[in-house]
This record gives sequence, structure tokens and C-alpha cells, in this order.
Amino acid sequence: MRSYVVTRVLGMFPTLAFISLIVFIVIQLPPGDIVTSTLDRMQAQGVEVSAEQVQNLRAQYNLDEPMPIQYLRWAGGFITGDMGYSYLFARPVNELVWERLGFTLIITISALLFTWVVALPLGIYTAVRQYSIGDYVLTTIALIGLATPNFLLALILMYIGYEWFGISIGGLFSPEFQEVPWTWARLRDLLSHLWIPMVVVGLGGTAVTMRILRANLLDELNKPYVVTARAKGVRPIKLILKYPLRIAINPFISTLGLLLPTLISGEAIVSMVLNLPTTGPLLLQALLSQDMYLAGSFLMLLAVLTVVGMLISDLVLAWADPRIRYE
Amino acid sequence: MDNILQVRDLAVDFTTDIGITKALNGVSFDVPRGQVTAIVGESGSGKSVTANCVMRLIQPPGRIVSGSIQFSPSQGSPFDIVSLADKDPRLHELRGGLISMVFQEPMTALSPVYTIGNQVAEAILCHRDVGKAVAWQEATEMLIRVGIEDIERRMFMYPFEFSGGMRQRVVIAMALVCNPEVLICDEPTTALDVTIQAEVLTLIRDLQHELGNSVLFITHDLGVVAQLADYVVVMYQGRVLEIGTVRQVLKTPMHPYTQGLLQAIPGLARAGERLATIESVVGDADITTPYPLVKLADGRQVSLPPQSTPGGQESE
Repeated sequence: MRSYVVTRVLGMFPTLAFISLIVFIVIQLPPGDIVTSTLDRMQAQGVEVSAEQVQNLRAQYNLDEPMPIQYLRWAGGFITGDMGYSYLFARPVNELVWERLGFTLIITISALLFTWVVALPLGIYTAVRQYSIGDYVLTTIALIGLATPNFLLALILMYIGYEWFGISIGGLFSPEFQEVPWTWARLRDLLSHLWIPMVVVGLGGTAVTMRILRANLLDELNKPYVVTARAKGVRPIKLILKYPLRIAINPFISTLGLLLPTLISGEAIVSMVLNLPTTGPLLLQALLSQDMYLAGSFLMLLAVLTVVGMLISDLVLAWADPRIRYE
Repeated sequence: MDNILQVRDLAVDFTTDIGITKALNGVSFDVPRGQVTAIVGESGSGKSVTANCVMRLIQPPGRIVSGSIQFSPSQGSPFDIVSLADKDPRLHELRGGLISMVFQEPMTALSPVYTIGNQVAEAILCHRDVGKAVAWQEATEMLIRVGIEDIERRMFMYPFEFSGGMRQRVVIAMALVCNPEVLICDEPTTALDVTIQAEVLTLIRDLQHELGNSVLFITHDLGVVAQLADYVVVMYQGRVLEIGTVRQVLKTPMHPYTQGLLQAIPGLARAGERLATIESVVGDADITTPYPLVKLADGRQVSLPPQSTPGGQESE
């Protein structure tokens, strides 16, 4: 077990180094760079820029150096925790990411909790009472939830909130709490706004989780070990939780790792619709404007989170299932 | 006679897309206290369904349509298992406490994610108000009794680290750890190879002698019946064809189906010959026409046309 962990951790480094190379190449692939896109903008506004000015701009951003040097500068900075400088915002990338990461985490984690608190009991119910009226009703609702794009739901909720209740439900704070230090009142204001993105972001996942849990559980419900436990006299509720459910949630553990990268990339469209200060829209903006350091560092961050997430998944799975642990 | 179980006119239907299958069609027999009763029959004869009825383990699409299973525990008043409500506390007391069951497939009968000790001790914790330490201790003792060696280490091992024979011993320990009055064995040796079969059968017989429980043994293996059983119930297509002592049924079978079954046992004496088959299983009036069980003077019961059972009288 220990050697397994060590090899897995050591294996992460070459993977990440390789990914960083690919990320750098991908970012350089589109023709032009931040300077050309800035020039385009300025020329569109009728500003004339001389060749010398362009050259100075390039030198200022170190864009005149050879590619390998640029790569090493970026990758080296990333290792030491400096993700570079955003041309677009004229601020260090670290600042930009960190100030949005907190809210992103709050929204994603609360959506995740919402997903599990709702999907787990409903998934169990629909499996245990398969083909009952309740199963059909919940399945129908889940399929509607599955088929509804998140951003559309966000728009509908915003419309309803505005037309019927006269409140604006975008953002995470009311205007008066937007730029003030943390107080209890501000926290309360946050919580009163939080439930909309929580439901919007969580609903699709809830429907998927419920359906998958139902299918997994149905596979397990009539397995011989469940019958043995029932014949042993285990009470019905404990029986479901201890025996089939324990096996049925394994697939969810193995996808747990994939949740980490979505913490910062997920729900960009919903965030834009609801005007949420999360990292998703920032990533989109960085990619569109070829803000090299911002976009590259974001992609790299995603790669790190994916690799670390998969490691966590595998370790948790080994902890939960002795069959994997003992291989 | 003192019967711990009295099964009367038990009928079970399975509703499927293509219609209703009558898995059991009026099954009646007794399980005498402290004896081994074997149910024999081919695949699909309803022997396992019968066993599952006694434990009330029939799940949809299966359904007990009618009949009764009178259970007379040594303490307390007798009751009908079939008419117990799903939420009746006696049902959970019954399962694993008063009546327990050993299943056919030891490879899949245990959960892969809990230790052996956990799963055996759980049986005690379900039925008795004792602490975990006591339950663990008694589980250890029971596992030693069924022949698991190196027990201190094995209690913490997982089922997939055990061989099939060892797993079946664990399942037997789990079934016996609450000292049930009836032990149901549903083809407990079918999935095991021959040497392990013999060991497990010896174990079941020895424990039965030692503990004195009543055993309902489901099998299609007449050799096992001869070794183990006191009474035999022959089943075919959801009905009982013949009931008697093991000597009556195996030595002087009355019903043509039982006779066919016995002739179909391959033996060394007839090596090289064609194996006997049971002719025209479908369409033979002698087998497929349901005649009521008739009780003969020597105590055996057989399902034959009245004219061919002289001196017999219809039982109950």
C-alpha cells in the first residue's frame, strides 16, 4: 500500500511536466499574441502605432525571447508559486485567481452538498421502490432536470424572481454589501443569494447522480450477499445502507477526483448569466484574449487538480474497497 | 408426531412479462423436530422457492399466493410464517434467529467489503442484546467450531481471501451462531468440488448431532440424501410427489418419477452403459397429473391415482 502511494505520487511529476509543455504549445498555437490583439483593438479605435512602439511592448512583456526561454520562465515561475502577470488585467495572475477562488469554492461545494443531500435518498428510494408511482414521478423530474441546461434554468429563475417577486437574484451580494468588509450581515446576505447558484449548478448533477445511483443499486439489490444479510435478520434500512449501497457508491468515489478541476473551470456560463465572481468566466476571458500567463496558468492549475484529484480518488477507493487495497 | 414446521398447500406465483409461472402449486410436508428432512428434485422443481418461503425471502415478482407454514418453536406459541406482516418483529427474530439458512453460492454469499469477523458477529448483534466484544468472542468460537484455523488473523480477513470451502464454513458459522431451531441448507455443496463437498457435509451432520437442530436440506444429489437425511420429500414442477423415510423412498420408491430419479444415478457398476434418463418428463400422465397426496399404511405419502395405491387414504 505504501509503495503504491509513493509510485503514484512520483508518477505525477513527469505527467505534469509533459502537460505543461503541451499547455504552453497549445497557448502559442493561435496566430498572434497579446500585443497583436491589443494592436487590433487600438487600430480599430483609429490609433496609429509605430513599429518601434510594438517592439517596445514586446520587450516589456518578454515576448521577444525565444520560445524555450519563454517556456522555462513560465514553468519555473509556476513551480515557485508565481503564476506570472496578466497583460489583460495588468495584475499578477495569483491575485486574480485567489480573489475568485474562494467564491468559486463556496458555490461548487455547496452545490455538491446539495447534489448529494438530494440525490442520495432519492436514488435509494427509486431503486428500492422500483416501478412504483414515486419512482415514475421522481424519474420524470430527474429526466427534465437532466435535459435542462443550467444557464437556461438560471435565466428562468432570474426572470421569475424579477417579474413575480421584484428581486434581482444575480450576483452573490446585494449592492450595499458588494465592497464592504466581512460582517455577520454580509454573511447572511451571501447565504440569501447563495441558494440560487447552488440549486442551478447542482440540479443537473443531482439528476445524473440519482439516476446512476438507482441503476447501480438495482444491480446490487438482489445479489446473494444481500439475501444472506437479509436471511441473517439485518433490519431493512440498515441492510440497504450497509450492504448494496456500500458497493453502489464505488463508481462515485472513482469520479470524485474529476470534481476537483471543475471547482475552477465549471459552470462558466452559469456564472456569466448570474454574474457570479467565480473563476470560470475569468478562464474564458483569458483564453479569448490570448492572455498567455493567465490562460496557461489556469490550464496548468486544471491539470494539477486533475492529477491530484485522481490520486485522491484512487486512495479513497482503496480505503473503501478492500478488493482494490489488497491487489 | 412433533413437527417444528408444517407446510400446507403452499402456492407461489412468479408474474413475468410472458404470464404467471406457478413455482409452487399446493406443497404440503412436515419437518419433524430434531431430524434432517431433505427436499430432492430437479432444477425448477421448486425446492429453493420452498426454502425461501420458510424464510419469507420471496421477492417480487414472486408472491406467496396461498397456504400456510406453521412454525412451532420450542419456546413460545406456534405461529404461521406466511401470514406475518412485513413489519412484524417476529419476522426479523425468525430470520437468522430461530431459522437460518445456508446458501448455494459461497463465493457471492458474503459481502466483499466487510471482514469475516464483522459479518459473523453481526448475526449475533441482530438478535441478542450483547456488546460488540461478546459478539466478536462468540463469533470467533463458532468459526473455530466449523474448522477455521488461525482464527485471530482470519477474523480480520475479507471473503475474497478465503477459498470456496472456507467461505461455506463461514456461512455455516454465520447461520448457526445464534443457535437456530431450524437450519435450512439450500444446496450448500453444489458449488464446491467433491472433496470439499464431503467435508462440508460431514460438518453439517456433526453439528446437527451436536446442536440437535432440525434441518431442512435442499439438494438434487441423492447420494447426499442417503448420507444425511432422515426424511425425504420428492418435488417435481412445484408439487410434492412422494414423502417418506429415507429408507422407504430410496429402497422402495412408489412413484415412477422417484424410481426414474434413482435409476438415473450413474454408478461404477454400470460404467460404459448409457445413463438412464427420465422418459417423457413432459406429457407423461403419471408425473404431470397432479394427484392429491395419499397416505399409506406405512406412513409414507405418495401422489398417485387412487386405484394404484391400495389401502391408502387421502391425507388431510
